[in-house]
Amino acid sequence: MAFTGILRPGHIALRVLDLEAAVRHYTDIVGLKETARDGNKRVFLKAWDEHDHHSVVLREADSAGIDYLGWRVDSPETLMRLAADLEKSSLVSHCEWIPAGEHPDTGRRLRFVVPTGHSMEIYAEKGKVGNGMSDTNPEVWPDGLTGMSPSRFDHCLLYGDDLDGVVKLFTEVLGFTIAERVVVGPEQVLMAAFLTCSNKPHDVAFIRQPVKNKLHHVSFFLESWHDVLRAADIITKHRVSHDVGPTRHGLTRGTTVYFFDPSGNRNEVFSGGYIHYPDKPTLTWTDDELARAVFYHDRAIDERFMAAYT
Amino acid sequence: MRVEIVIENTGARFFCETERSLLAAMENRRCSGIPIGCRNGGCGMCKIKVLSGRYISGKWSRACVSESEEAQGFALACRTVPLTDLRVVALAKTRQIHPINSKGVD
Repeated sequence: MAFTGILRPGHIALRVLDLEAAVRHYTDIVGLKETARDGNKRVFLKAWDEHDHHSVVLREADSAGIDYLGWRVDSPETLMRLAADLEKSSLVSHCEWIPAGEHPDTGRRLRFVVPTGHSMEIYAEKGKVGNGMSDTNPEVWPDGLTGMSPSRFDHCLLYGDDLDGVVKLFTEVLGFTIAERVVVGPEQVLMAAFLTCSNKPHDVAFIRQPVKNKLHHVSFFLESWHDVLRAADIITKHRVSHDVGPTRHGLTRGTTVYFFDPSGNRNEVFSGGYIHYPDKPTLTWTDDELARAVFYHDRAIDERFMAAYT
Repeated sequence: MRVEIVIENTGARFFCETERSLLAAMENRRCSGIPIGCRNGGCGMCKIKVLSGRYISGKWSRACVSESEEAQGFALACRTVPLTDLRVVALAKTRQIHPINSKGVD
């Protein structure tokens, strides 16, 4: 098998201020499907083309933001190998096993804290509930789609202080490559890293900011630019708090629109990008061209886009 | 009913209906003075201190305004519905982050 190790970001757990308002947003507006609830005020959801039981977890809390990001690995053997590597790495802290079943239909997960303060998890088992179509002679999309109806949870962008440490962990221990990066000043200090474990331009990205454990946005994948435009129509039709777009990024080349959930967590839906391979040269953006990297058309970065985070 | 909002540190004044947030009124009337972030109580960009007047507070992230700050009159403008004329100070600078530029690294 050519594609091994960590396969994808398999779930993101978000804190929300009002659970039912959040569920309405992520189902009616974004178009995810609720798959389970539990007694801890948590709701589990998935995008339509994901086969696994859930990819988004909403938990009611008194602050917004991210609880943790979970990574699906290819096998129980990989889980054990990576767990051993993580437990002996000086780059992680607070390693703990979360027992099977703590998330519905999910095996045990190793949770750990990375140098930017974010909690991450790796796990090998989550039930396949399917995408609503047969695995034999399928259709191309299922009936009953609502809202923007992205096909998958794609990536997230996180803010944290120790960017060098987190990049070292993801590249040297977890097997990621750097698809794109932003450097600053004559010393080319690393300011942002777009990391991939797959053929996607990013599975997670980090920006250096003097904070710990912050979420910039959680992103979902759409098929086309027209779907992005339609998503923006839905944002206005339903008076969703709009942030930026529709526009295109230079970084990753994605076409995009940003908006906020009812607790202020930033969402993105996007399409496009390119195929990344591990031997592809890392693309580098310098700070003097950063505005074009972030918003390719406006060539200007809105203050809110950088300053609002949860 | 309509009340008047005064942002003391910028001198901006605008009217706000008593059933909507003062940030929504400010944005709707194309006024400025309080930075507009998520509009949903999560990011804290629109943090203010209320100097005088009565208001109702909605739900906001405790990472932005703690209970003790709330008791001292701190609030998020996106979740503040005025009952009377309000005098407020915009505080956004307290949560600003470094812009990405050549001075952006500690």
